[in-house]
Amino acid sequence: MPELPRNVRIALTVAVIAFGALLPLFVEGGGGFIDDATLALAYVVMALGLNIIVGFAGLLDLGYVAFFAIGAYTMGYFGSLFHINVNGGEGLHVLVAGPAAELPGIHANFLIIVVLAIVATTVAGMLIGLPTLRLRGDYIAIVTLAFGEIVGRIAINGDEIAGFGTKLTNGRQGITPVDKIDLPFSEPFTALNLRPWYWVAFTMVLIVLFVNFRLRDSRLGRAWIALREDEVAAVSMGVPLVKTKLLAYGTGAAFGGVSGAFLGSYLNTVNADQFQFAFSIFILAMVILGGLGSIWGVVVGAIALSFINNRLIPDVLNDVPERIGLDFDLTELSFGIFGFLLVIMMILRPEGLIPERRRQLELGEGIEDLAKTGDDDDPVYQARVP
Amino acid sequence: MAAASLPAAQPAPLRAVRRFLSSYGLILVLLAMPVAFGIQDLRTEGDLSRLANNLLDGLSNGSVWALVAIGYTLVYGIVELINFAHGEVFMIGSFVAAGFFGTIGLTAATGGAGLVLGLLLTLVLAMLASGVLNTMIERVAYRPLRNAPKLAPLITAVGFSFILQNVGLLWRGGSQQSIIDLVKSQKELFNVFGVSVTNGDALAVCVTIPLVLLMTAFIAKSRLGKAMRATAQDPDAARLMGINVDTTISATFMIGGMLAGAAGLIYALYQTTVWYFQGFTAGLIAFTAAVMGGIGNIRGAVLGGLIIGFIQQLSDNRIGTQWTPAIVFAYLVMIMVFKPSGLLGEETREAG
Repeated sequence: MPELPRNVRIALTVAVIAFGALLPLFVEGGGGFIDDATLALAYVVMALGLNIIVGFAGLLDLGYVAFFAIGAYTMGYFGSLFHINVNGGEGLHVLVAGPAAELPGIHANFLIIVVLAIVATTVAGMLIGLPTLRLRGDYIAIVTLAFGEIVGRIAINGDEIAGFGTKLTNGRQGITPVDKIDLPFSEPFTALNLRPWYWVAFTMVLIVLFVNFRLRDSRLGRAWIALREDEVAAVSMGVPLVKTKLLAYGTGAAFGGVSGAFLGSYLNTVNADQFQFAFSIFILAMVILGGLGSIWGVVVGAIALSFINNRLIPDVLNDVPERIGLDFDLTELSFGIFGFLLVIMMILRPEGLIPERRRQLELGEGIEDLAKTGDDDDPVYQARVP
Repeated sequence: MAAASLPAAQPAPLRAVRRFLSSYGLILVLLAMPVAFGIQDLRTEGDLSRLANNLLDGLSNGSVWALVAIGYTLVYGIVELINFAHGEVFMIGSFVAAGFFGTIGLTAATGGAGLVLGLLLTLVLAMLASGVLNTMIERVAYRPLRNAPKLAPLITAVGFSFILQNVGLLWRGGSQQSIIDLVKSQKELFNVFGVSVTNGDALAVCVTIPLVLLMTAFIAKSRLGKAMRATAQDPDAARLMGINVDTTISATFMIGGMLAGAAGLIYALYQTTVWYFQGFTAGLIAFTAAVMGGIGNIRGAVLGGLIIGFIQQLSDNRIGTQWTPAIVFAYLVMIMVFKPSGLLGEETREAG
């Protein structure tokens, strides 16, 4: 893919941001489209988080759903009726206004909850990362998968575990209702007008994108990529293995936590059945579809898959099997479709829709192509050209 | 100066403890649960019959996991890939078997020679179906990626696992389906010291032992078995020696799939229910078994399968079925962390 001139790139970025920010004004504020768009943006945040772990650092994490769960439960713990007996039934309120200020249970401001979710998921990410430090490749995948499943199991059966006068989770019943987002200087959000939700999600995406780009080009980002390319070589060049890997897990997990907290509030429930292995694969498919390690690719992949899952399959294509005389709903097959997508992408276009340049090199386009495009502003590639 | 930068030598007793833990730690952890429950039984009930019953059920469950685990271990040994779709191949084996019972007219009333013949026929069919399916997956999803980065085939494996789950979903619907109890699996066959051996237990052990023995002999003695071992050791050198590496790898997937098919039949007869999601958990449990025994090692896979069967049965019976997966996965993580080479395995490149 030829590189665009710098000012064209800046203009394009501004245009995309403006389009994204103004989009809700042109659609119905309570409609299905804006609902899908908000979900898509929340998934973009998660996919970008997973991209740090899988794409940048090359650690295949099949248990990413754990961070979604932990973020969502943080929202449930600190922003719902879950701890109903706390403070003698009076409730604890931290900087909340609106209806939540009257209710029993713990209610904290959404921004505080986001910080708590970041802390909780970063710690969890590092804890899950610790046992995998000695392992490589597919063993990491299995250990993370196992952790994801353990977290999911605890979420489902957590209503059997009790302590300090409360249950661990509400199990399959789920924690509902969850507080609506309540930002300073604005009305509390409602389920009727989805525009503010969209803008919150959009702002999250912008922040996460900025963090992602800065991280990728930082010392840490280069260390991740070096570890991904060749662990032994990277370590012998002085990249601190433990710190670098743990930071990858921690950062990637934190994005999952932010998005999880947002989704907990947006979907108005923290339901244990959401936290299944299939969700991890859903997010992984976004990263693969877009292109491992490619930030814009992952954004495109996440938006595409999210719309395929929430709109195309259930609304547009759902009656196709029936029309050709088969007796099933296409929604049942959505994960089979994602599986198919994973296989096809890996075999036909392993570098993804919008490949990361470095990975494109590895996957066989070869160095000659790059020499022809004359990529002057990147000395790393220069050095490789003989 | 040089000495200061070396790690400080540990005092001798600490080193001894460390060595002891690294060689016997896993065994101690594995023994913890049965011993604790045994003591509890002795104190509350005065005998060990409940524990013995658990262990027997664990044995028959474990033999199913052992058969599936061999498939993982063979494939991992030869291409260093976790065949994620293996659990689903096992599930399809179950479905083929369950469907074929009706086709050849086996009912709960069929007895004696007819039943044995019918079951043998079903066994062959289930094994063939699963074997062919596994070989096809290898051909379509893994072979094109043999020289790709290692994550690539793992991701296609996950993809195929989802595709097959959906095939199962379409085939038999989303809920657990009960099938005819052909062998009356819960009927007591005989009873030794309060331990009741059921038809299902007997069937599981009677199918598994010959298959495992056959497999070990096949890999040790036959020409193809030798080719498999050579390819596992060094594919390039094997190719230079005139071994057709592609065929050998296909054969390995075939054998692994066939064993999974056999396990699928036993599972269907023993549990008398099948559902599309059985393969996912089974796959993970069997993979845990393979790692526990030392991946790449067939005897290790069998041993690991049996141990996981015991753990699972103890947990089902004492702690609660809903917690069993979490407990098995916790064991998986512990093994990965403390002894990735497993009970009988050597240090592999991946695990080292």
